[in-house]
Formats: sequence, C-alpha cells, structure tokens
Amino acid sequence: MVDTTIGAAGVIQPAEVKDVELYHPKSWVTKYVFCQDAKVIAIQYAITALGIGLVALVLSWLIRLQLAFPSSFSAIGPTDYLQFITMHGMIMVIYLLTALFLGGFGNYLIPLMVGARDMVFPYVNMLSYWVYLLAVLVLVASFFMPGGPTGAGWTLYPPQAILSGTPGQDWGIILMLASLILFIIGFTMGGLNYVVTVLQARTRGMTMMRLPLTVWGIFMATVLALLAFPALFVGCVMMLFDRILGTSFFMPAIVEMGQHLKYGGGSPLLFQHLFWFFGHPEVYIVALPAFGIVSDLISTHARKNIFGYRMMVWAIIVIGALSFLVWAHHMYVSGMNPYFGFYFATTTLVIAIPTAIKVYNWVLTLWRGDIHLTVPMLFALSFIVTFVNGGLTGLFLGNPVVDVPLSDTMFVVAHFHMVMGMAPIFVIFGAIYHWYPKVTGRMMNEALGQFHFWVSFLGAYAIYFPMHYLGLLGVPRRYFEMGDMAFIPQSATTLNIFITMAALTVGFAQMVFLFNLIWSLFWGKPAGSNPWRATTLEWQTPETPPGHGNWGKELPVVYRWAYDYSVPGAKEDFVPQNQPPTPRAA
Amino acid sequence: MSITLLLLAVIGAIAAWWLSQQRLMSKPWLEVGAIDDVRGTGASPVPAATVGLGVFLAVVVTLFALLISAYFMRMQTADWAQMPAPKLLWFNTGLLILSSVALQYAQVAARRGRMEDVAGGLVAGGLLALAFMAGQLLAWQQLNAEGYFLATNPANAFFYLLTGLHGLHLLGGLVALALTADKVWRGLEPGQVRLSVRLCAIYWHFLLALWIVLFTLLTPWVGDFATICRQLLT
Repeated sequence: MVDTTIGAAGVIQPAEVKDVELYHPKSWVTKYVFCQDAKVIAIQYAITALGIGLVALVLSWLIRLQLAFPSSFSAIGPTDYLQFITMHGMIMVIYLLTALFLGGFGNYLIPLMVGARDMVFPYVNMLSYWVYLLAVLVLVASFFMPGGPTGAGWTLYPPQAILSGTPGQDWGIILMLASLILFIIGFTMGGLNYVVTVLQARTRGMTMMRLPLTVWGIFMATVLALLAFPALFVGCVMMLFDRILGTSFFMPAIVEMGQHLKYGGGSPLLFQHLFWFFGHPEVYIVALPAFGIVSDLISTHARKNIFGYRMMVWAIIVIGALSFLVWAHHMYVSGMNPYFGFYFATTTLVIAIPTAIKVYNWVLTLWRGDIHLTVPMLFALSFIVTFVNGGLTGLFLGNPVVDVPLSDTMFVVAHFHMVMGMAPIFVIFGAIYHWYPKVTGRMMNEALGQFHFWVSFLGAYAIYFPMHYLGLLGVPRRYFEMGDMAFIPQSATTLNIFITMAALTVGFAQMVFLFNLIWSLFWGKPAGSNPWRATTLEWQTPETPPGHGNWGKELPVVYRWAYDYSVPGAKEDFVPQNQPPTPRAA
Repeated sequence: MSITLLLLAVIGAIAAWWLSQQRLMSKPWLEVGAIDDVRGTGASPVPAATVGLGVFLAVVVTLFALLISAYFMRMQTADWAQMPAPKLLWFNTGLLILSSVALQYAQVAARRGRMEDVAGGLVAGGLLALAFMAGQLLAWQQLNAEGYFLATNPANAFFYLLTGLHGLHLLGGLVALALTADKVWRGLEPGQVRLSVRLCAIYWHFLLALWIVLFTLLTPWVGDFATICRQLLT
C-alpha cells in the first residue's frame, strides 16, 4: 500500500510510488491468464460476460420462435421453453449486466479514472474473476445435466422451484443455486476492491466531488451490491438446504402426486422477501453505472459540462438509499396488508423524483451543446429515450391497483426489458464504442457502428412497443402457447410474428457488432491517445493502451473537475483534469 | 426484516457521516486549484487494508442480520420447537474468548516489537480457534446422537446453518492468520507484520462478538423471552 503523510491540508499521497509495491507479471501465464492487473481482469470479465450473454441471446431467439410459431418446432417443448426463459433472464441480469458493468467497466475504469496504478488488493481481484468464471461454468454445466437447467423462472420461487414437475428438478436447480452462491462470493471479492480503491487510492487532488460520474455510479452500485447480494446468498443457501438436506425453511406442508412430502411449516413468502430485498437493489446495481457512464458520454460528445453535477451525485446517493426500501412492490400479487402496499407504492414513486432530476440534467446538458452524433453519443441518447419510456410504464406498475391486473402479462415483460434490458445494454454498447480506442488503441468501424445502432435502436422499439399492447390485451407471460383463449384476438398472433422478426433482425445486428469488435482490433483506424478529446484521466495516460501501472513514473495530479468542456478563453475546447491552471496575469 | 433494516440504518448512518466529510456541497466547477492549493484526496489516513476489512465486516453483518431476520420470521410458525443448547457450547465460548485474548496479546506485542510474543500469541490464538471449531463439531455430534437432526425441525436447521456459517468465517480467518504467522516465521520486521496482526485481531474480536449474539439467540430462553416481549407489546 501507498504510504501517506498527513499534512496541514489533509492526507497527501506521495506523487511517486515505490517500484516494489507494484505487482509484476513474470511469465506469459501471469501476464495474460492469472493476471493481477485490473485492466486484464476487466477484459477477462468482459469477454466471459459477453460470451455467456451470447448464450442468453440465442435463448431469446428460441423463445421468440416458439411464441410466433407455436408447435412448429418439435425441438422446443414446454419444458424446454420454461428452461429457456429462466436461463435467459438469469444470465442477462446477473451474469451479463452485473458482471460487465462492475467486473468489466469497474475494473478497467476505476483505477484509471481516479488516477491509481491498480486496484488496492490485486490478488483478491484476480481471485474474483476466477470465481466468477467458475460460477459461469457451473451454470453452463447445468445445461448438460440429466433433466437440463432449472425452469423455475429467474425468481426461483419455492416451493415450485424444487418440486418435481418443474424442469431441472434433479440437477438444474442445485447447480443454479451453487452457481449463484459462487457468483456472490466472487463478486464480494471484486466489490471490496472497487469500493476501497475509490475510497483510498485516489490521486492527489482527486476529491470525491471531482470524480467523473462514471466512478460515482459504479461506486454506489457496488455498495448496493455488497449490501444486497447477501440476501440472495441467504436465500440460495437455505433453498439448497431445503432441496438437498430436506429442511423446511421455505417449504410448506405439501402434497405431490398424492403423496405427502416430508416438508412442513416453511414460508415461501420468506424467500420472496429475501429474493426481492436483493432483487430490487439489483435493478439499480445495473442502472447506476449506466447513469454514470451516460453522463460522461453525453458531456464529452456534446462538448459541454454536465448540467448540475452536484445534483447528479446527490441523486445517485438518494436513489441508492431508496432502492432498499421498495422491494415488496414486486410482491403485490403475493398478498399483503393493504397498508404495506400503500407504503411500498409511495416509496416506489418517490424514486421517480431523483431519477427525473437525472433525466432533466441530461437533457439540459444537451441544450445548446455542440452535439457530435458519434456512435457512443447515439447510444447514450437512445438510453435516455428508452429509459424514460420504461420508467413511465414503471409508474403504472408501481401502483398496486394497476399492477395486479397487469402483473403476469406481457406488459411487465415489455416494461422491464425497456428499463433494465435495452436501456443498460445501449449504455454498454455506447461505452464499448467510447472506450474501445483506449483499450485497444484502435477506433471501431464507424459505418458498422451506425448500422449496429440504428438496427438495434429501431428494432428494440419494434419488439417492445407492441408487447405493451399484447399485455393490455391480457396475453400472459411465461406461457408456452396461448391455445384458444377467447379474449386473445387472431391479430395477437400476427403481432407475435412481427415481434419475432424484429427480434431476429436485432439479433443479426449483434453479430455485426461482434464482427466489428474483432475486425477493428486488427484493421481499425489508429486512435491516438485521446480521440474524443475528453478531460478525464484515463485519456491522459502516457501510453495507449495504458501500460502496466497505468501512469509513468509519477501519478497525475488533479487540478479541476471532470467536465471542463468549452471553457471560455481556453485554448482547446476541453481542459484535462490534470492540466495545471495557467497563472493569472496580475 | 426489522432487524435487517435497523442494521442497514446503522450502516447508512456511517455512510452518511462519511459523505458529510466529502464536501458534497462544494461547487467543483468553480474550484480550479493552483499547485499549492491541491488538497488531499479526502482519503482517510487508515491503511487501505483496514478500510477493506471494515467494508467486508459490513457485508458479513448484513449477511447475518438477514439470517437472524429469517430466524425470527420462521420462529413464529406453529411447528417451531426450540432444542436445548448443549452445555459444551459454554466451554466452546470460553475457547473462543481465550483465542481472541491471545490475538489481542499478539497485537500488543507487535506494537511493542516483541516478535517472539507475537508468534506465541498467533499460534495460541490459532490453536484455540481450531479447538473451538472441533468443539462445535463435537456439539453437532452430540445433538445428532440425541436425535436433534438437521431436518427434524426448523429450529435445528437454523442452529446448524448459523453455527456452520460462523465456523466457515472462522476458517477463512484461519487462512489469514496462517499467512500472517508465515510472515512472522520468515522473520519480517515488526513494522511489516503489525498491520496484518492487527487486522487478524479485529476480525477475531468481531467473530467473537458475532458468536455471542448467535449463542444468545440459539439458547432456548431467548424464545421464551421473545414470547414475553410479544405478550407485553400486545
């Protein structure tokens, strides 16, 4: 660790770090495989997350094919369908979004943006990735076990999750729970690093209020995750006990196929409380990094300082705190005291205030900005639109009276795919296009990027707008096929076919993105060290891609906040954070 | 869930205190510092490892708070039958207290630079902790022999789950302790081991406090006490 001296002005980090304190890779294996450098770990996290995300993408195609052309695919039975939707949801929420935002972007950006050489506990950080990889492998293994993966829905509600009749009752559910437990252990190792690095390893002059909002978002999301994941951990361990050891934490007395099971007295509601005590903060674990990254993308590509920086920081903190007080709005249909419903509806709607502040500030940042419609900017803008769309339907669903009839319909599917599916994914794409030049030293292909953006953006709306309508018609979610339901008109089927076509097209666009990712690695335009002319520290590294230890001999010293764009009187339209102020003429 | 929310409120209060030190009201866009004005980062002078341990302890506290919440919620159902706590647990508690004392001794010795005493304290602490875990296993065995199996009753299940998880955390602590002892073994300077020894001692005291809370909850009279409280309140 860095020695600190306490001076009159508070703690001052020495500008130079002794060489011995850095970890040095000695062989190819420690440099690229078991590496303790946060940048390499970030890339390992990102590739693993994108890889398993591809599996979830393919599953979504299969789901859509079944919904559009019911009973035309002999390979997709009702059991398979339930397994597909479960695995699609679980992978996307936990193994892709959480891992990519925190493990991927967190690892890459935190040390660079705060001006540190690496994470504070590099060894634990490396361990974090390998435990995450193990969790992913356990998850993948469940596809190949007898009975296949679990089909209990991503919420894994007991008692059905561990009873026969639910697909994957033999091995699927056990591996699922084991994989989640591993994921949480791995995440906690990484999370400790992200939090403590932000707290303790900032360079000279980098006060909390000078941090780029990306770091604030990732920092707060990590704090949420550290406090929320234990709830899922407890739920998983207890359900594993119920399944393997025959305890009755969650299992009530139950008759299965005419036989009394040995369970009795357990409370399925207890699991729901534990699950959603994790599950709702999880929404913000995904959303807060997205908020932060979008703020930086918009500010950089509109050449204008972020509007209301202080307010943005406060909003991140308030959203984080409130997210722990709303969990039971996912349980309106589980039955609860009406006063509880009233309380949870109120807290849920209160979150709209800090969130709306953020949206206004993004829009006001754009106001009279010098907007460059680069691919990262397009994705950032599409995030705002999509997030507002999904947020507005959230206001519907936050009210118990409206939620009860709409719950379990396609309306809910459309809502959460807009607000925590598409919106954060757009940010991930924007962020990849934005930071790819720093990671690889080459720009991603602009034309392919524009194609990827327009197909994904318009396609997402072609998929999810009609889905709201299906939901209002009463088309239920999670159903293998509709059968003959009097209230569902023939047009619903036509609409389903349309949605599936749109989904497959969007899926194709992702292949173009992957191609671009690999193609640009070799043949992309050389980027230089600061292609977007951005102010934050990661663009000011002496080498691109940043070398081992990030900075040369001396750590950068920070003199200003992260958003000095278009400062009147400045030579360039951006002033890097580490540029000393020009001495004023007396 | 009220216990969990209470503890989260405590963690939130710590976070709020910390945030209040971060000049959240400042206007960073107006503060361009000259080289002499560059203030510290606002990082605390505490070493990063200590902060890391603090954050980790917050996670562990949340984990056990959730388990204890679940314990109280499950306790209210009709099939709950508290089992007697084995007498052995009192002996085990004594072992854990001694283990904690030994590490405290090692910490004081490290501060004064007496390396032999540090080694002695660490070894004694480690062995006592191992003895505690052996004692816990023995207690499990006794309960099993008396017919209090894991799946017979939710009270039993919680007993095994809570003691087991506490034991696993102690096991993790033993790994850290072994690494620290190895440093002492290799003859590093007191300055280089002081922090590790201190962190081990903090973790040990924490696990002792946690064990005392768990032990109090798992003994039958707590259930009676909770019933009395509930009667008084209604």
